[in-house]
Amino acid sequence: MLELKGVTRHFGGVRAVDGLDLVVPEGSIFGLIGPNGSGKSTTVNVVTGLFPLTAGTIRFRGETLDDLPTHRRLQKGIARTFQNIRLFGRLTVWQNLWVAQNSPEDRARRGFIARWLGGSRSARDEIAQLLEFSGLAHKADEPAASLSFGEQRRLELARALAARPKLLLLDEPAAGMNSEEIAQLRERILALRERGITILLIEHVMELVMGVTDRIAVLNFGQKIAEGAPAEIQADPAVRKAYLGGDSA
Amino acid sequence: MDFYFGLIQLIGVHTLLGLSAYIVLLTGQVTLAQAAFYAIGAYVSGMLTVLAGWHIVPALGVGALAGAVAACAVGFPALRVKGLMLVIATLAFGEGVRIFFFNFDYQIAKGDIKVGPLGGEGFRQIRFFPENGWTTLEVMLFIWAFVIAVMALLWWFDRSRYGAVLRAVGEDEVAAQSVGVNLTAVKVSAMTVGGAIAGIAGSLYAHYTTHIEHSNFNVLVATFAIAYPIVGGLQSVFGTLAAVIFVQGFLIEGLRGLGDWRNLLFGALIVLAMNLRPQGIFWRRGA
Repeated sequence: MLELKGVTRHFGGVRAVDGLDLVVPEGSIFGLIGPNGSGKSTTVNVVTGLFPLTAGTIRFRGETLDDLPTHRRLQKGIARTFQNIRLFGRLTVWQNLWVAQNSPEDRARRGFIARWLGGSRSARDEIAQLLEFSGLAHKADEPAASLSFGEQRRLELARALAARPKLLLLDEPAAGMNSEEIAQLRERILALRERGITILLIEHVMELVMGVTDRIAVLNFGQKIAEGAPAEIQADPAVRKAYLGGDSA
Repeated sequence: MDFYFGLIQLIGVHTLLGLSAYIVLLTGQVTLAQAAFYAIGAYVSGMLTVLAGWHIVPALGVGALAGAVAACAVGFPALRVKGLMLVIATLAFGEGVRIFFFNFDYQIAKGDIKVGPLGGEGFRQIRFFPENGWTTLEVMLFIWAFVIAVMALLWWFDRSRYGAVLRAVGEDEVAAQSVGVNLTAVKVSAMTVGGAIAGIAGSLYAHYTTHIEHSNFNVLVATFAIAYPIVGGLQSVFGTLAAVIFVQGFLIEGLRGLGDWRNLLFGALIVLAMNLRPQGIFWRRGA
């Protein structure tokens, strides 16, 4: 579904991502882990088009993405959440989802003028369903900035879903969550897979990554140092070395 | 009584000018180009009524269109710059337009006088209203019909999905792009609508004052255009109207009796207003 070939992104002399090859199969939950600064978030940013590539190529469902701006990639079906939550704080919870309905189906339904001005019944119903799924229905008319941290994370996920993604990039969705919240997040991620959404999960919290993913790639200094099933990754000496330093393996 | 009608006309035109900046400010772009679109609307519609003998209504429509076209043309390069750089770029454009009108001569003989823009002398005798026997009250009502129409349109925009998209872009461009918002379309369309509104404001201004010149469209006017929505707050179009009434009605006219002290107090009261109501005069707590 998503295929990265020799993907490279330099910032000046820093090689944030360096010759990364990655294949995320359709319908999978694919983990991308690595120590701080290993290039995980940069990978998300090049896949969504926020940063141009220094070298390499990215293909999504057989099409190359290299020249598409970010909003066009979303319309192809690639949505994301942010490591540092980026909601529209002064808009209401409901408006945050309304603004995000930019899938080709939604655009076709709105037509040219109504695209800007409309709010059809089916669009409203879908927002209501998303609010239900995220447990935010009672907060629909509150400004997003007034939500608690956990609610903001849930809203950001709902906002990504409002675009009807085929591929969802989750950038550290469990950061700052307690065990109970992580368990809920896990249920949500599995529920999304049931809906046919492929997930690329970038995460530090091993409790979540090891329990939910089918396959994991490990980055260090912008390069892939290991890839395999969760159990293989846990046993891999190179991974232990990257995380713990020295030769603790 | 005519003094008050005159003041209400001025408040109407400045409200339109403020609203032209309001929609652009919603997208997070601070622009000093509004005085230029105001000037373009004023000169284009003035020339149409004076030189071509058009009726005010179609002339005003063409003035709005000219403002929109100019704003659209400015909108594309403006996408590449942000923040202070955008302020400087739009300031440069505004000054460029002002200098153009400072040097713009296009006069034709009409009866025994010559009419039309004459460079630094300005563009005199834009006499559509007096020639057609409109009273000050009628002109005032004509201006306010546009003010109300534009306010209603923007009020409706604000409640539409388009309004939410504008505000989303104003809050976080990266997040907006990432949820599929086309930044180019949003920013340029907001700029274009703003240009059209400024064009209408300029057209009305030219005809009610009957005499315009380049200095009516200087950077001070551009500053007022963005100051109204900022002082009034970006929650609602009514904030802009309140700010215009506060600034033009109270600070400028209301304090005229204070003589030289007025300018001092003017600045102090703006500072005080912004301190007491940092989100704007019309700010609702929790909104």
